[in-house]
Amino acid sequence: MKTKANKRVIPFFGLSMGVTLSILSIIVLIPLASLVIFTAKMSWEDIFATITRSRVLASFEVSFLTAFIASAINAVMGVVLAWVLVRYDFPFKRLLDGMIELPFALPTAVAGIALTSLTTNNGLIGSFFDKFGIQIAYTRIGITVALVFIGIPFVVRSVQPVLEKLDSTYEEAAGVLGASRIKIFWKIIFPEIRPAVLTGFALAFGRCLGEYGSVVFIAGNKPYETEITPLIIMSELQEYDYSSATAIALVMLLAAFLILFFVNIVQARSTKKLKGD
Amino acid sequence: MHEDTIGSKVLKWFLIGISALFIFLMLILPLITVITESLKSGIETYWEAVSDEYTVKAVWLTIEATVFAVIINTIFGVFAAWLITKFHFKGKKLLATFIDIPVTVSPVIAGLIFVLTFGRQSFIYPYLQDMGIQVVFAVPGIVLATIFVTFPFISRELIPVLEAQGTDEEEAAALMGANGFTIFRRITFPHIKWAFLYGVVLCAARAMGEFGAVSVLSGHLRGKTNTLPLHVEILFNEFKYVPAFAVSSILVMMAIVILVIRSIVEYRGKRDA
Repeated sequence: MKTKANKRVIPFFGLSMGVTLSILSIIVLIPLASLVIFTAKMSWEDIFATITRSRVLASFEVSFLTAFIASAINAVMGVVLAWVLVRYDFPFKRLLDGMIELPFALPTAVAGIALTSLTTNNGLIGSFFDKFGIQIAYTRIGITVALVFIGIPFVVRSVQPVLEKLDSTYEEAAGVLGASRIKIFWKIIFPEIRPAVLTGFALAFGRCLGEYGSVVFIAGNKPYETEITPLIIMSELQEYDYSSATAIALVMLLAAFLILFFVNIVQARSTKKLKGD
Repeated sequence: MHEDTIGSKVLKWFLIGISALFIFLMLILPLITVITESLKSGIETYWEAVSDEYTVKAVWLTIEATVFAVIINTIFGVFAAWLITKFHFKGKKLLATFIDIPVTVSPVIAGLIFVLTFGRQSFIYPYLQDMGIQVVFAVPGIVLATIFVTFPFISRELIPVLEAQGTDEEEAAALMGANGFTIFRRITFPHIKWAFLYGVVLCAARAMGEFGAVSVLSGHLRGKTNTLPLHVEILFNEFKYVPAFAVSSILVMMAIVILVIRSIVEYRGKRDA
């Protein structure tokens, strides 16, 4: 009954549908369709030949590896940060909480040049690590640093609300029964926040894979070494080689959709668990 | 829950210490670097870089793209959120997925699809040419790319709030004879006020800082198709570090303003709820 009644009672169904679909078509659907049309004109052999060029394959390795490591670091630090922000009180807590969102607010190019100047051998952090013979800027470590910066908010913001709602009676019971703090964390808290950690990790990973602005400055962009996939797409575009750019972009799009699919599964399972038992 | 053993206190301050160190090194230090580097050669050089003709033009183009993105995404966000939360229809999930696509693709790919749509090899290119409209390597392309990358930012904030609120109040109002606009203004809008403001802030932040997508569609013509982040890139690549950081400092200040607004909005939103 509700289904039918809603349509009739609440106004603006047609108008909302019209406006939504028009804007969606112009901004998203038509451009995506043109990608599909352009792809359809290319042959599989060409696409395959493009994406298996050794320089492109090397860029996949750089992109996936650095994005994975950066997201893993953020998964750990995200849980620590969320825990600290939810469970403890300390001076400047609100400042710390507010700063988490900085990577969303600060333009990536600015982050890129700031991190680069900090981590070159003359920079504040770079000169410190240089003493131990570790180079950060213009290496894969540098790329990872930039991606850690970009990915900070994802895990924190997905774990924080879950921790806030977590009922502490089980922890207390376990504590009273003599369980160690580490055991309480792994056996009681972690299973509850795992879906949120995974979601945050996957979203950060997706964002890092596609990241361009902050990485180009710090990476050095040496072919086979520190050249990320988005940069290769960019160079193909600058040479007006749209077919190659599209072929490589298809691989990245596939990865992005797989990540989205993964996030949806994780979320569907965790809501089912919440509703079910 | 608050067992005040020595062990738990040590753990507490250890974790707080790690968090503070991480945030300081990764977030605060880069901000400080931008400010110190930009003032390295004195306030006059700073002022020269900031008031440079091309910088001012880049500021205006950035504002233009941001304003367009906020307006279009507000219109879209309000209607899409209304549609998705107040009605049942087929294909709703698909629609929601399409709305989220822009944030899952790489900005460079976002740029690519607009080049494919409006560029020289597109079948609509001749028509655009006849009408004298240039999209790629021109301002319209930059504006479109900016709208694309920030597309779901406002709808995404509104949908959960409207979903939680349900449809009962609107139904009651409609049955009592209130017209659509009144229902929205008097009943729906007060619920979504803070979420809406938050969405606008996020949208503006991303729009002014977008780099990858805009970089593809801009021809990097100084004074014409250069936004602030692109201007930073050009200066940096020309080894003009001080001007690059000076221009960046404008964006840093905008980012700080956005963070402050964000925390005020979040605080007021929680208080009102």
